[in-house]
Amino acid sequence: MTDAPQLFAAREPIFPRRVSGTFRRLKWAILWITLGIYYVTPWVRWDRGPNLPDQAVLVDLANRRFYFFWIEIWPHEFYFVAGLLIMAGLGLFLFTSALGRVWCGYSCPQTVWTDLFLWVERRFEGDRNARIRLQKAPWSVRKARLRLTKWGAWLLIALATGGAWVFYFADAPNLLRELATGTAPPVAYVTMAVLTATTFTLGGFLREQVCIYMCPWPRIQGAMMDPGTLTVGYRDWRGEPRGKGGVKRQRAAAHAVGGGEARARYGAAASKDVAAPRTSRDGEVLGDCIDCMACVAVCPMGIDIREGQQMECITCALCIDACDEVMARIGRPRGLIDYLALDDHPPTLPGEHAAVRPMGTAAAGAPVETIPVDGAPAPAPNAAPRPAVTVPELRDWTPKPLWKHVLRPRTLVYTTLWALIGIGLLVALFVRPEIDMTVAPVRNPTFVTLSDGSVRNAYDVRLRNKHGEERPFLFSLAAPGALSIALEGEEGLAAPVPADSTRLQRVYVTAAPGDPAALGGRTPVRLWVEDALSGERAHGDTVFNGRGELR
Amino acid sequence: MSDEKRIDAETGTETTGHQWDGIEELNTPLPRWWLWTFYATTVWGVIYTILFPAWPMISGATAGALGWSSRGEVAAEIERVDLSRADLMESLVTVDLGVLDRNEDLHRFAVQAGRSVFAANCSQCHGAGAAGVQAAGYPNLLDDDWLWGGTIRDIATTVRHGIRNEDDPDARWSQMPAFGEFWTDDEIAATVEHVRALGGLEHDPDLAVVGAELFYDNCASCHGDEGTGDREIGAPNLTDAIWLYGGDREALDRTIRHARFGVMPPWGARLGEAQVRAVAAYVHGLGGGEEEAMIGDEVEAGPDVPDASFPASAEETPREAGEPPVAPVAD
Repeated sequence: MTDAPQLFAAREPIFPRRVSGTFRRLKWAILWITLGIYYVTPWVRWDRGPNLPDQAVLVDLANRRFYFFWIEIWPHEFYFVAGLLIMAGLGLFLFTSALGRVWCGYSCPQTVWTDLFLWVERRFEGDRNARIRLQKAPWSVRKARLRLTKWGAWLLIALATGGAWVFYFADAPNLLRELATGTAPPVAYVTMAVLTATTFTLGGFLREQVCIYMCPWPRIQGAMMDPGTLTVGYRDWRGEPRGKGGVKRQRAAAHAVGGGEARARYGAAASKDVAAPRTSRDGEVLGDCIDCMACVAVCPMGIDIREGQQMECITCALCIDACDEVMARIGRPRGLIDYLALDDHPPTLPGEHAAVRPMGTAAAGAPVETIPVDGAPAPAPNAAPRPAVTVPELRDWTPKPLWKHVLRPRTLVYTTLWALIGIGLLVALFVRPEIDMTVAPVRNPTFVTLSDGSVRNAYDVRLRNKHGEERPFLFSLAAPGALSIALEGEEGLAAPVPADSTRLQRVYVTAAPGDPAALGGRTPVRLWVEDALSGERAHGDTVFNGRGELR
Repeated sequence: MSDEKRIDAETGTETTGHQWDGIEELNTPLPRWWLWTFYATTVWGVIYTILFPAWPMISGATAGALGWSSRGEVAAEIERVDLSRADLMESLVTVDLGVLDRNEDLHRFAVQAGRSVFAANCSQCHGAGAAGVQAAGYPNLLDDDWLWGGTIRDIATTVRHGIRNEDDPDARWSQMPAFGEFWTDDEIAATVEHVRALGGLEHDPDLAVVGAELFYDNCASCHGDEGTGDREIGAPNLTDAIWLYGGDREALDRTIRHARFGVMPPWGARLGEAQVRAVAAYVHGLGGGEEEAMIGDEVEAGPDVPDASFPASAEETPREAGEPPVAPVAD
């Protein structure tokens, strides 16, 4: 009965231990910077004059404008957003091909908020062991108090998160006042409620479940990696066989196996600086892994990185920090767990490329692969006998330098494409006109005969004024023959266009009776508008349809 | 495929026993929160079908506890919009049409509303582009030639009461006699040549001289000695380049022989004053609208209430049903 397969499995709670180190510091920095940007941005002011909002970053859905500091995007300029999305996509390709799931590990909102929630959790409930004890403890006043304060703090953060989001879509100080007095639009409250609820649940309770079950990214990014991609991995050739060392280092025994062993584990260049290998009580040569489980204790995903790269791993690199700490304590070089690529694996068999062998197949329960060393093979339990690697081969082995993983044709191609689109967008940004027009000839009917026999065409001209104040647009016409221009509803040829808006103006072009344009077929004409204040000009090309009597 | 289930060594999970070319499927358990989410959505689904119209019955669906319906939502939305426009509609009914374009917001509102009114009610005859249909005598509303006047006020009157209809005693009215009843074919042909001469078209000068004589005796009373027409009675100007029914000999022959009797229904009762004014503003802005002859602002200041301040004219004179036409008018 106990063997019956379970259809549903409850979440195993994970209690990541606190850790400090290079990557933890980097992650804290990224966390505070990204959260800071997120919460503060809506409150940054930017003076655009009396007719435009003074919020630096504002998505004005009602008026269909997007403001970003000095840049204002109109709906017809949505290609900027498309371009940025393409750049984001290429950037993701670039980072994933070079550094694997670095997005997941450092900047994904799920990771960042979970990290923040964990920090809160630690503040109230203590570190890993204290939290495990609290979890196991029966409900008491203390447990209820700790839980409630923690949830309260989470709720406040979640509320601030949902709150900050809505400020991007309306004037922040106004909206805050409205929210406080209960007069804000319902959509603001609903959005805040939904985001508060999702932040609270996803960051507080679902955590790694989001990454494992809900998010498609792990699969997509896994497919985008290649053997040269750096990702968080375990140097099993250095760490195995794992085990607690002997009471004392047995220098003599170490010396006997020293040279070849060190080269196999650290590579030719590094082997000179490495201390002698560890041995077990029984004198068996051991790897650097002392099986202290620090890497497992700090993992927010609850996995053992020594089992190799796996779908759950978000490459947050906290296990690197944890292991480096231990390595320093036992006097071994850092980097037993490190940013590695599949092709970093040392050659194991003559003629066999390391990359074809999946990294870290030394999984629990599976045969542990060890580096057979000349003279002293270290068979792991259940390991099939493998041919020993000869010393000369290992002597030539040097770990690939980091830059070779990053600077590869693939990453360079992504970088180039990314930069080209970026430059294109920048150029487009700086050459885009402040005034603009589009001309649509009225085709129903194509022309109108007036009482004096002249022929008139009508055009719907869309005038666009991106200036922060009203501008008079002066019309003129470039066309052959006796063609004249007039505006519907305006006395002269000036059409005032209000600040930051468009105006649809019907324009009439009339050919005098008997003019070739009046009698002929299609005559190309060009409509010009000029901003009377700045002298900027824009034009639209169209045709004048005559009566078609001259063929 | 095989049925052999086993425990996968790498993961410790049982396989389903399915395998394709050696690729086996793990029977990984679903997370339990997924199950609870499934239950929650199921419960929500049941609640939803109780609150909103959902279950199909024999004659319709269940109404739902909230009483919501998409039709009701649309009706509420329309009511909301109507309410928000009530002020503008009110102003549009009371404003003096002669100075409507001085109130930019109201004018824009009237033109936009008139566009919809036109598309729904007028485009069937005058065309979606308002270019009319010459073969059927539906006038082109884009040009600068108006049978009954082209100020916004004139257009509103035409729309309100219509033309030559039996339904509105104030309809614009006139009728041209069918000259085929008392003229010979030669006389008609000669008059056709003269009318073509008036319009600046190619013609037979000898016949036109004869036609001029006939025109002066029979047509000039309405169309004028020079053939420039008379808007008071909707007599078209024959000297311009625009022909309501066509300027070729066949069309002119038919017009003179049988006369025309273009009818437009009255829209005042059907659309209401606000929409009549809106569509008048729209048509006025199509390219041929004429300005009021401004005598002074004080004259134009009064509201343009139907049948009140509008200058009395021939077509406004009440007409008894069945009464013979007031004046013979040709087109």
